[in-house]
Amino acid sequence: MKNLELQKYANDVRKGIIASVHSAKAGHPGGSLSAADVFTFLYFEEMRIDPARPDMEERDRFVLSKGHTAPGLYSTMAHRGYFPVEDLLTLRKLGSYLQGHPCLSIPGVDMASGSLGQGISAACGMALGAKLQKKDYRVYTLLGDGEIEEGQVWEAAMFAGFRKLDNLCVIVDNNNLQIDGPIDTVCSPYPIDKKFEAFLFHVIHADAHDFDSLRAAFREARETKGMPTCIVAHSVKGKGVSFMENQASWHGKAPNDEEFAAAMAELDRIESELSQKAEKEGEA
Amino acid sequence: MAGEVKKIATRESYGSALKELGAEYPNLVVLDADLAASTKTEVFRKAYPGRHFDCGIAEANMMGVAAGMSLTGLIPFVSSFAMFAAGRAFEQVRNSIGYPHLNVKIGATHAGITVGEDGASHQCNEDIALMRTIPGMVVMCPADDVEARAAVRAAVEYDGPVYLRFGRAAVPVINDRPDYHFEIGKGTVVREGSDVTIVATGICVDSALGAAELLAKDGIRAEVVNICTIKPLDEDILIESARKTGRVVTVEEHSVIGGLGSAVCDCLCAKLPTPVKKLGMQDVFGESGSASELVKKYGLDAEGVYRSVKEFCA
Repeated sequence: MKNLELQKYANDVRKGIIASVHSAKAGHPGGSLSAADVFTFLYFEEMRIDPARPDMEERDRFVLSKGHTAPGLYSTMAHRGYFPVEDLLTLRKLGSYLQGHPCLSIPGVDMASGSLGQGISAACGMALGAKLQKKDYRVYTLLGDGEIEEGQVWEAAMFAGFRKLDNLCVIVDNNNLQIDGPIDTVCSPYPIDKKFEAFLFHVIHADAHDFDSLRAAFREARETKGMPTCIVAHSVKGKGVSFMENQASWHGKAPNDEEFAAAMAELDRIESELSQKAEKEGEA
Repeated sequence: MAGEVKKIATRESYGSALKELGAEYPNLVVLDADLAASTKTEVFRKAYPGRHFDCGIAEANMMGVAAGMSLTGLIPFVSSFAMFAAGRAFEQVRNSIGYPHLNVKIGATHAGITVGEDGASHQCNEDIALMRTIPGMVVMCPADDVEARAAVRAAVEYDGPVYLRFGRAAVPVINDRPDYHFEIGKGTVVREGSDVTIVATGICVDSALGAAELLAKDGIRAEVVNICTIKPLDEDILIESARKTGRVVTVEEHSVIGGLGSAVCDCLCAKLPTPVKKLGMQDVFGESGSASELVKKYGLDAEGVYRSVKEFCA
């Protein structure tokens, strides 16, 4: 897929994040926005999936270990065709299938998650299950950089490295912020790359907001044999909405009506810029 | 007479049942956390080395790995001591197995005070309480070898999360009879009586039967109900027996808070209010000692149960 198309989808994903969190009056926009391009790349280019057949056996699996960024996942899945985009406005509401954190009743969601550190273990189990049953699907799991402070992440990393789960790709959304502030002031998990290397991962650094960089990283991950891969995706928390960028306070807060309007106006502006670019490219 | 009774630890039964079922179910896999020799999953490992995964001393991850494996169509049995399976990894069991209602079986061995010499740090008297609070979790505590093997088979045949509680110490085989039948959620009247109902689970069923024998000598006819499945609880068998006897004593190698006794009280107070006396660990930690010494000290041997029931009936 062309980068411009991916950029347009990513912008749609961001609008869905803002709209759903605003509608819910709660949720986690910061980390959803920082991961929006990764979500988009995975669901629109990288993964072997079919939204019409969410349970197909040979599909690649995705586990959102940083489950609180469900708005990002849901918006991506809705725009990819798993369920109606308008359902995003039911996020976190009583009776909605779009629960505050991912659960198995949502079509296409492969694992319930949200309690940090647990998703990566389930992803290891899926990867091991695939190997045992000689299936060629890959397993992707997205972790927060604050999340990797959880001890279970390193139990899982040890397991994946030891078991040589080369069908497993761990992505760390390295936006450098967690609820209490910059991760290196709370309880620093740095150096992230050296830690995963020590646990026998192949580590790749990528720009989380550059599709060429993401494409190269995921290709390298796919081509890496004999060990799991960790992509440290360097991102900006709140990316795409200027007043949310690099602000820990937007980790788990919904925009009020005014902020919602301002955020949507920014994203609308990006959308028209991308459309103009597309038109120009079409003319050229 | 005691010399004639065959004694087998239910963890041994667990290992042999896994091996047997491994032949029938090619998708059955076993995970352990560096305790395969103790949990007896090594019996399975020897037979099916490619389907046994040692996860190292990392129980939290092991639960998640099992969850993930179940989502690929495998039937994982996860093993560790009850303290670590239900205790340390409680939240993983709740969120990664219970909430998504995955087909994972937790085989927890070394439950209760009969762990013995290791002492209180390893004597888990809280696992039944923890596991029964998880919606959709089946909780079973087999009484002997026959029941343990039947429960493991039933767990494989059942689609959903199951917690199985096994013991370290060898216990008498009491269900070795041709008409023995096991069903998840069904209790069994193992001795009929009309004066008092003794409801027991796990290794305490044998103590309850011994107590009933002693009570009979005093003219007290005790009915003994074996509850292997603590959740879902066989309410009908309890209500029927309580209606007949009007008095219930529960016996378990577990805290009296939240275990079998609490489950029985939950049922009876709602459906047939009946005086209940709960025997078990009375809100205390255990200690080092041999299994038989501890069972005696905490009043869970036949003699101890006899004394408590007699006092309750006085």
